[in-house]
Amino acid sequence: MERRTIFPGWKLPAALVLPQLALTVVFFLWPAGQAIWSSLTQADPFGIRTQFVGLDNFTDLFADPLYLDSIARSVFFSAAVAALSMGVALALAVAADREISFRGAYRVLLVWPYAIAPAMAAVLWILLLHPQIGLVGRWLNGIGVAWDYKLNGAQAMLVVILASAWKQISYNFIFFLAGLQSIPRGVIEAARMDGAKGFFRFRTVVLPLLMPTVFFLLVVNLVYASFDTFGTIQALTGGGPGKATETLVVKVYRDGVVNLDVGSSSAQSVVLMLGVIALTALQFRFLGRRSDSG
Amino acid sequence: MASLVLDDLRKSFGPVAVLHGIDLAMPSGEMLVIVGASGCGKSTLLRLVAGLEVPTAGRILLDGRDVARLDPAERDIAMVFQNYALYPHMSVFDNMAYGLRIRGLPKDEIRTRVESSAEMLGLMPLLARKPRQLSGGQRQRVAMGRAIVRQPKLFLFDEPLSNLDATLRVQMRAEIRRLQRRMGVTSLYVTHDQVEAMTLGDRLLVLHQGRPVQLATPMEVFERPANTYVAGFIGAPAMNFLPATLSHGGTAAIFSPEQVIPFVDGRRPGADGRKLILGIRPEHVVADPAGMVLQVDLIEPLGSETLLIGRLPDGTLFSIKLANAAAGGESMAVRILPEHLQVFDAQTGLRLDPAG
Repeated sequence: MERRTIFPGWKLPAALVLPQLALTVVFFLWPAGQAIWSSLTQADPFGIRTQFVGLDNFTDLFADPLYLDSIARSVFFSAAVAALSMGVALALAVAADREISFRGAYRVLLVWPYAIAPAMAAVLWILLLHPQIGLVGRWLNGIGVAWDYKLNGAQAMLVVILASAWKQISYNFIFFLAGLQSIPRGVIEAARMDGAKGFFRFRTVVLPLLMPTVFFLLVVNLVYASFDTFGTIQALTGGGPGKATETLVVKVYRDGVVNLDVGSSSAQSVVLMLGVIALTALQFRFLGRRSDSG
Repeated sequence: MASLVLDDLRKSFGPVAVLHGIDLAMPSGEMLVIVGASGCGKSTLLRLVAGLEVPTAGRILLDGRDVARLDPAERDIAMVFQNYALYPHMSVFDNMAYGLRIRGLPKDEIRTRVESSAEMLGLMPLLARKPRQLSGGQRQRVAMGRAIVRQPKLFLFDEPLSNLDATLRVQMRAEIRRLQRRMGVTSLYVTHDQVEAMTLGDRLLVLHQGRPVQLATPMEVFERPANTYVAGFIGAPAMNFLPATLSHGGTAAIFSPEQVIPFVDGRRPGADGRKLILGIRPEHVVADPAGMVLQVDLIEPLGSETLLIGRLPDGTLFSIKLANAAAGGESMAVRILPEHLQVFDAQTGLRLDPAG
């Protein structure tokens, strides 16, 4: 079922493709190229003199224990965010997939958080968790928990994980719900007739059929947690206290924009870029193979 | 093997009543076919017995135990679905073994059971394959295999043959009947295909708009339909219906001027002039130069026989089936064989049997 439109000549097709190409070049290829270039240079803090230094920025980076710490922190953070947001989203999707009244309303409400800007989401979490003005924060201190994520690094990590995962739940929910609905009813009913109940049925029939969705979301969530959580973290903790929530993206910002070490910051960006490319390639390969075999 | 009793089983979806009280008693080992037009509630009835829907009222007694509110897992019933509903991520072997593993059978017994069922269905070479690598007929067999390995109390078939092509359907129909006889498992079979209904069932239950209309052997349903609905539904091509009135003291019927048909099997109750509907199957009409004239609109040669569709002088649609291929021309004189006449009351549509 392939429908093609054949254009005569090349001018109209070129004109139609041009806007998209222009956007890609201006907002993606150009900055990416600049990042790669400046990752190979060193500049003085005022950006007046730049000097080509080859791969020095990269060798410095991987010799820096602070950077290695940041990698470990990012891996932990990403894994936690992906696990939490996917777990909660799957549970919600399974619940919303049942025959319940007001199902439509639940679904709409569950999708809303995705529409909230990262900084706004962070403010909401601050209003909840702030030790002095937050509802939950005050309550925690009231019952004797020493809650202050501005001082306690572990608590700060917990807060940014919660906030970042929360924002991604909606997205995951939509995909999980669609995935669940694409599982033929008959297969579930056949499993019921075979005597499979509850969680066992979910584990042996539903989850295997949902695996393509799970894997797709795993990659998307890792990418999200690694690269797209800057706004949330910056607004909540700014990477602190100390370096407790300084993930790789936050470090790019701190080193480049705050500490004005453009060369190192660019090198970190390039490393991140390679990370995204690797994850995306993995996803394409895996999904491609799946659709080949069935 | 188990007996099945349905006791005033009802189902409504919101305000819409789908089944208006079904009563049924099946002895152990019987194959009962539920037949009816789409939307008559036959699939809903099957799903109630399966446990996939909860009845609004009534009881389902399986071997005397009321299972109406139990989970399917606690009923020990196997079902063959219309679209097979195989587990796409499991091999044929695992598809068949799934239910047995849930029951916690030992591994070697599972293997023995699956292999003997696969042997019976000719699935042995396919055990390692995934459903997507199978043809429609093979998937159908796996669905059957998945049901029979469990040796359940009851088989349910939900139009299992409707996705197969005609040749395969005939073949599988015979196979299902053979398997069911051999295993002796009580079975409910839902279909809208009357050939399946006639050939497969020990008895037929004809459903119409959520109500049981007739429960009898296939031949009885064919020869003595309970009302005009059943008469028109069972049999192909469909039975002809002629409006008529009772006359000659209940011993004959008059339809369109001057046509009198005597009742050879006895007089019908009621006063002369009672409105009737006469039913006559197309094959129970013979050519007779002295008979009534049929204006032929359409001739359908079917090979061994010929179907003529036309109109009687009063405009009533009428079809006849002639045994020989040599068919008449534009018009033809025909006579109804009175011994095959079906008589129904025009008001209620119910069958009128000879009085006394």
